Amino acid sequence: MSGKERSEKVAEKERSPKVIEKVVPKIKREAKAVEDSILKRKKPVLKFPVRSLANVRYLPKEGYFEIRGKKKERTLTVNTVKSFAQTLRMMALSKSLVETDDIATKREAYYVSKNWGDARFLEQTESDTVMDDVEALFEVNREQMGFVPEEKGGDVSGALTVIDKDPDTGKMLSIDCTKFGSGAYSIPISVEHLDFETKAKFILVIETAGMFQRLVKHGYSKKANCILVSMGGVPTRACRRFIRRLADAKKIPVYVFVDGDPYGITNIYRTFKVGSGNAAHINEFFCVPQARFLGITPQDIIDYKLPTHPLKEVDVKRAKDAIKNDPFFHHHKPWAAAMEHLISMGVRAEQQALAAHGLNYVMETYLPEKIAHPERFLP
Amino acid sequence: MAQAQKRDIKKAAIKPVKKIVRLTAADLAEKQREISVSEFFTKNRHLLGFDSPAKALLTTVKEAVDNALDACEEAGILPDILIELQEITETRFRVAVQDNGPGIVKAQMPKIFGQLLYGSKFHRLRQSRGQQGIGISAAGMYGQLTTGKPITVISRTGKGKPAHKFDIQIDTRLNRPVVVSDDEVEWTPEHGTRVELEIEATYKKGRHSVDGYVEQTAIANPHAQITYVAPGGERVELARVAEELPKEPLEIKPHPHGVELGILLKMLHETKAKNLRGFLSGEFSRVSAAVAEEIARSAGLRPEYSPHKAARDQAEALYKAIQAAKLMAPPANVLSPIGEELLLEGLKKQIDARFFAATSRSPTVYRGNPFLVEAALAYGGENLPGDELITLLRYANRVPLLYQQSACAVTKAVLGTNWKAYGLQQSKGALPTAPMILMVHIASVWVPFTSESKEAVASYPEIAKEIRLALQDVGRKLGIYIRRGMREADAEKKRSYIEKYIPHIGIALQEILSISDKERDKVCDTLKDTLEKSRQ
Repeated sequence: MSGKERSEKVAEKERSPKVIEKVVPKIKREAKAVEDSILKRKKPVLKFPVRSLANVRYLPKEGYFEIRGKKKERTLTVNTVKSFAQTLRMMALSKSLVETDDIATKREAYYVSKNWGDARFLEQTESDTVMDDVEALFEVNREQMGFVPEEKGGDVSGALTVIDKDPDTGKMLSIDCTKFGSGAYSIPISVEHLDFETKAKFILVIETAGMFQRLVKHGYSKKANCILVSMGGVPTRACRRFIRRLADAKKIPVYVFVDGDPYGITNIYRTFKVGSGNAAHINEFFCVPQARFLGITPQDIIDYKLPTHPLKEVDVKRAKDAIKNDPFFHHHKPWAAAMEHLISMGVRAEQQALAAHGLNYVMETYLPEKIAHPERFLP
Repeated sequence: MAQAQKRDIKKAAIKPVKKIVRLTAADLAEKQREISVSEFFTKNRHLLGFDSPAKALLTTVKEAVDNALDACEEAGILPDILIELQEITETRFRVAVQDNGPGIVKAQMPKIFGQLLYGSKFHRLRQSRGQQGIGISAAGMYGQLTTGKPITVISRTGKGKPAHKFDIQIDTRLNRPVVVSDDEVEWTPEHGTRVELEIEATYKKGRHSVDGYVEQTAIANPHAQITYVAPGGERVELARVAEELPKEPLEIKPHPHGVELGILLKMLHETKAKNLRGFLSGEFSRVSAAVAEEIARSAGLRPEYSPHKAARDQAEALYKAIQAAKLMAPPANVLSPIGEELLLEGLKKQIDARFFAATSRSPTVYRGNPFLVEAALAYGGENLPGDELITLLRYANRVPLLYQQSACAVTKAVLGTNWKAYGLQQSKGALPTAPMILMVHIASVWVPFTSESKEAVASYPEIAKEIRLALQDVGRKLGIYIRRGMREADAEKKRSYIEKYIPHIGIALQEILSISDKERDKVCDTLKDTLEKSRQ
């Protein structure tokens, strides 16, 4: 693909005619149905997919949580007239954002509602909920509707060039992720228009900023010829989408390196790989099914003689709940076994625990040993 | 019985003397002398409600008004009461209470006002405000002690009769009246009595003051016309609501089950009956000659046995036999309730509220004494504070009880009632929080007070139960009203919801579908119509 072709493609995505084609008619169709019901003297009904783990199924082949058919109906009655009005006004806001190619953060959308008189939101949590509902109603992601999150997407370092465009001139822009010194490239909120160039052998996704800093500082990406990404806790949608597109486009494996505790395994790794219950309607795009779990595994705690902390009550509850209710653990028997193992050991170990064997033990011993045998990684 | 009480008091007062040691019996005998009731109460005036200057003012007014109302009602006259408080100095007041009652015959006036435990009410069982014959003479004694002034009484018993004016003092040692002056005077009223006392006192406003007492008295006595002149001259007229006197309470003989051993002994001594059969059937209610014989036999005595002899050696056996006998409950129709209708009218006249409820329970019996409980409440409106504890008004035989609220059976029953069930807020162990005034009235031939100052009713299980049932009764009525109010508020909220939010549905649809203003308004109107018709 030549530079020119690439820039045209990016430009095309930026105009996002596809998004307009996709989202605006959906909004209009739904609004029209509401109007028709009203004029027929019927009470309009909106059907929202139920967003919870109980309403997802795991697709082993595609590798993500797919939403099942369960829907909740919201009929326009005296009691629901307020939230109905707010939902419709949120849809109108989304339509105008998409049509004018603008965006609003969740916080900004909340402030826009302050012009709605009695229909305004009193707290941002209320507007976030309505936004999530609208998003689920149209089965698109909120970025496509013009709503963007406040949160940062994650940091990237290593052998990768990101192709973006200059917001002022619209010119193509190559960003070399090796050229940030001791800093890092920051994943933008919207990543659909990005392209990538890389010869890296794998992507290493890291839970904590501290571990990321250590690997960056000591040039680990160069030594291991890899791309480093820091999630900073539960990965944002943008972070997941960025890695997914990069891994798909360049056909490179994704290894995840998080704390060896139930939170790191379920909330972070599972969400990263197959998505979440709450975002079930969009998991298809916001998951990284090719991800593999490098560590820290319960077995690592034994093999590497890691210092540990006892599992808290909430950890044990989270682990048991995952084994019992999470479709991901139902499908992956090795994971269920690993979780049982962790519960029986009664301890957890953080990434930084490796420092007990020397600050650079993680780079010099742990990671090379693990990466030599990806076939031993947990799914 | 007055005699018996005097003896008890004497014993109680002498006890500390006995503790003094190293004296001979002769020394002691010199110091041992009768202590008069008046002397005893001089030292224990708190027992009668004169423990602080503020309370003394209230107690004095209360005792005088109790007597005035009782006198009018017994004579079948609709009461017309005048209460005047005059401030002489900040700590000295002149109290005058005047009624339009039957008046008092001249010969009785000194004893009524100048001798403690003299009166018409202690020796009988009949629902009345005064019970003991202590009140007004104790007030007179208090005045005498604190200001040195005698009690002044003017009374006329009828048209054409002269009006007499007495200045009376009490010989506190002998408990005997001393007439300071005795004149015939010019007095306008045809009949009635006016009592004036000068006492050491302080005047306060508020619920526990004379102001509160007068208002509360008016609520429970809707047949009375009360004029109250406060210190400073402000005149309050509390108009009569009911033009009929309450049903006249009847006097009854004591029921055997309500009699204690000491009283039985005294009755055995004092009776004129020749034998036990005559004594039991003649002095008690619900005892026929046949029942009397049965009681005597089960005590191992002949019905012909002399009561005086029985008092000496067989009293305890007789007492047990009486307690064990199966007897009809005492007649209960002797009481005079205020009644639901007048409870409501009395409250409505005094209190501006949205909702009123009242209940008057049937008479029942504790320890052989008939009694009944009434309850009423006023709820809601701007004049009652919604974020404070409710105001509880307690009454015994139509007299408001202003002190010792927490010691009273009424308060305990109110605290023990689950007001949340009737839609009010209530913290554990507290009065409910609501814009509400709750009144409870106990009427009985003998109200069991916890002390002589008559401020709290004792918690007999039968009384506690009746109070609870009365409270639940008015509570249910209130609950129905509150729930209906909540439903209406709900409907109102829904109406305003429709008005508020439907325009936004119109705006949103207009923005999305680019419809005209006319089409938008049509959508709004149609939707409004649909929702208002369905109302769910």
